[in-house]
Amino acid sequence: MVPLNHYLILSAAIFAIGVVGVVIRRNLIVVLMSIELMLNAVNLTFIAFSRFLGSMEGQVIVFFVMAVAAAEAVVGLAIIISVFRHRQTLDPQEMQLLKW
Amino acid sequence: MIIFYVLAALLILTSLMVVFQRNVVHCAMALVAALFLIAILFVTLQAPMVGVLQILVYAGAIMVLFLFVIMLLNPTSLEPRRALSWGFGTVVALLLAGALAALVSHDEAPADPFAATELFGAPESLAKSLFTDFVLPFEIASVLLLIAIVGAVVLAKREHN
Amino acid sequence: MIVDIGIIALKAFLVVFMVLNLAGVLGWIERKGSALMQDRIGANRASILGFAGMGLINTLVADPIKFLTKEDFIPPSGDKFLHTLAPCMALFPALVTFAVIPFGDTLQIGERVINLQVANLNIGILYVFAMGSLGVYGIVIGAWASNNKFSMFGGVRGSAQMISYEVAMGLSVIGILMVYGTLELQEIARGQGTLIREFLPESWRFLQAAIGWLPAWGIFLQPLAFLLFFTAAVAETKRVPFDLPEGESEIVAGYHVEYSGGKFLMFFAGEFAEIVTAAALMTTLFFGGWQVPYLLRDGFHFPWGTTWLLPHLAVTLLQVGAFAVKVVFFCWLQILLRWSVPRFRYDQVMRLGWKMLLPLALLNVIVTALVIVAVQQL
Repeated sequence: MVPLNHYLILSAAIFAIGVVGVVIRRNLIVVLMSIELMLNAVNLTFIAFSRFLGSMEGQVIVFFVMAVAAAEAVVGLAIIISVFRHRQTLDPQEMQLLKW
Repeated sequence: MIIFYVLAALLILTSLMVVFQRNVVHCAMALVAALFLIAILFVTLQAPMVGVLQILVYAGAIMVLFLFVIMLLNPTSLEPRRALSWGFGTVVALLLAGALAALVSHDEAPADPFAATELFGAPESLAKSLFTDFVLPFEIASVLLLIAIVGAVVLAKREHN
Repeated sequence: MIVDIGIIALKAFLVVFMVLNLAGVLGWIERKGSALMQDRIGANRASILGFAGMGLINTLVADPIKFLTKEDFIPPSGDKFLHTLAPCMALFPALVTFAVIPFGDTLQIGERVINLQVANLNIGILYVFAMGSLGVYGIVIGAWASNNKFSMFGGVRGSAQMISYEVAMGLSVIGILMVYGTLELQEIARGQGTLIREFLPESWRFLQAAIGWLPAWGIFLQPLAFLLFFTAAVAETKRVPFDLPEGESEIVAGYHVEYSGGKFLMFFAGEFAEIVTAAALMTTLFFGGWQVPYLLRDGFHFPWGTTWLLPHLAVTLLQVGAFAVKVVFFCWLQILLRWSVPRFRYDQVMRLGWKMLLPLALLNVIVTALVIVAVQQL
């Protein structure tokens, strides 16, 4: 039986990889995909705990995380499309109008 | 047992491909592979309903949406590799991963996982929880999805002027 | 342990083997059947030593040899890796879906009871829909990797059509799930072995006499759901009348215009395997799967009293044969449909999926729920 720690370390690794993606990539779509990767790492943690503690609530939470992630991906992509229409670029460095 | 380690290695490989591939479509396909692998991990963790929902919703619908948007915006240029920031980002990620791994490792982990009944993770148990204990978040989630649909349509419409 | 794994591997191999063979034979039925319907002869030139076999040699021997020995051309400005990956992703879901479709009841050899289904998952039908939703990727990636505007047209149309009709397909099946009370396909097939009499309350004598002697197949209990599912499944497989993604007269060959040789064969085989999968789903959900009317585990029990007892092996063979006959019938029906009906326009396809099938499926769910509650109260 695989101990719980291994699942947690795996999801920590995937979460860190997602953070790298958000920080270093200069393409808004890849940033959004890295956010989805982070959400999935968290889902994996929830399911691992749900199995090891015997509670169904972990799986219910993952259900809701998936629904929220779907809504967020939809709205995020719509925002990306309208931003692209205005600026013709997907580079987050070009969208610094609010920076002082 | 071995399945977990094979899946974990493949999962880390595909996640790295998501972050480090220069072609956006390759990143998207690597993410689809990562989601599929996570769904298989869910099934091994006795959550078949959530696993199949992951494939249905995440890998089957959300990623198709991503691919649609990628094809619509048609990014033909490959992103240049910037060694300094990518190297720096990787170092920060390793530090973060190390910190998280140290946090989650503890010796007093439950040695014996809970002996699951046959209905654990089955659709019946998930549905029962959703419709009795969690019915309010369920309804709120459906309203949230409706709001997201309306918002996306409004945001992505072309302006007629 | 080894024997268990061996039995599962044997079942999986048999299923994939039969599906691919049936896909090949369907190619022949399509060419020769369409020729019959259009009052022409069809392909009959290729022959071995003078034996042309009504076009069998042409379709089953010459065509595969031609496909497999053609040059494998990847468009130079396309994406090499994705161009090769796309046909695999189109063929994979069509074959894998068969893992949960039961092709018989249990087979008893000695004291070992073998369930004639490759994998009895407790999520049953949801697995089928999950694999169906993965089928969109073959189209999207194939269109993108070809770097061709016609491919993009076909790809975008095809994927939009597939995801729209997935929703209608899923919702139309909810009625069946409510009636039989389970997600597992083997249980749905078993549940269709009873008579409708069991589903009706005792006091409705007239209805019991009128239809109570029919077997409780999905088509009798959910006729609207069958129509919706049939339409949605045909749209999912992108067959005529929904074949705008590969509209031959409009956008050359749509999303597989840049594919030749073995990769085109994989797309082709994937499409015919999807026909077989759709037919198998229709028989399992609506036509009793492997059920022969009035055949129980030990023999025939007719409602008017007579019983014919049969040995176990004969019963199993009859059931597997019934499944095969029904699947072949629905495959033939889809091929017949292809050569009879003209192609829908794209906006008509979208309107049908979202404005007609979806509300009807929801209405079906509501009416089914009301009827079930009403029957239970009596």
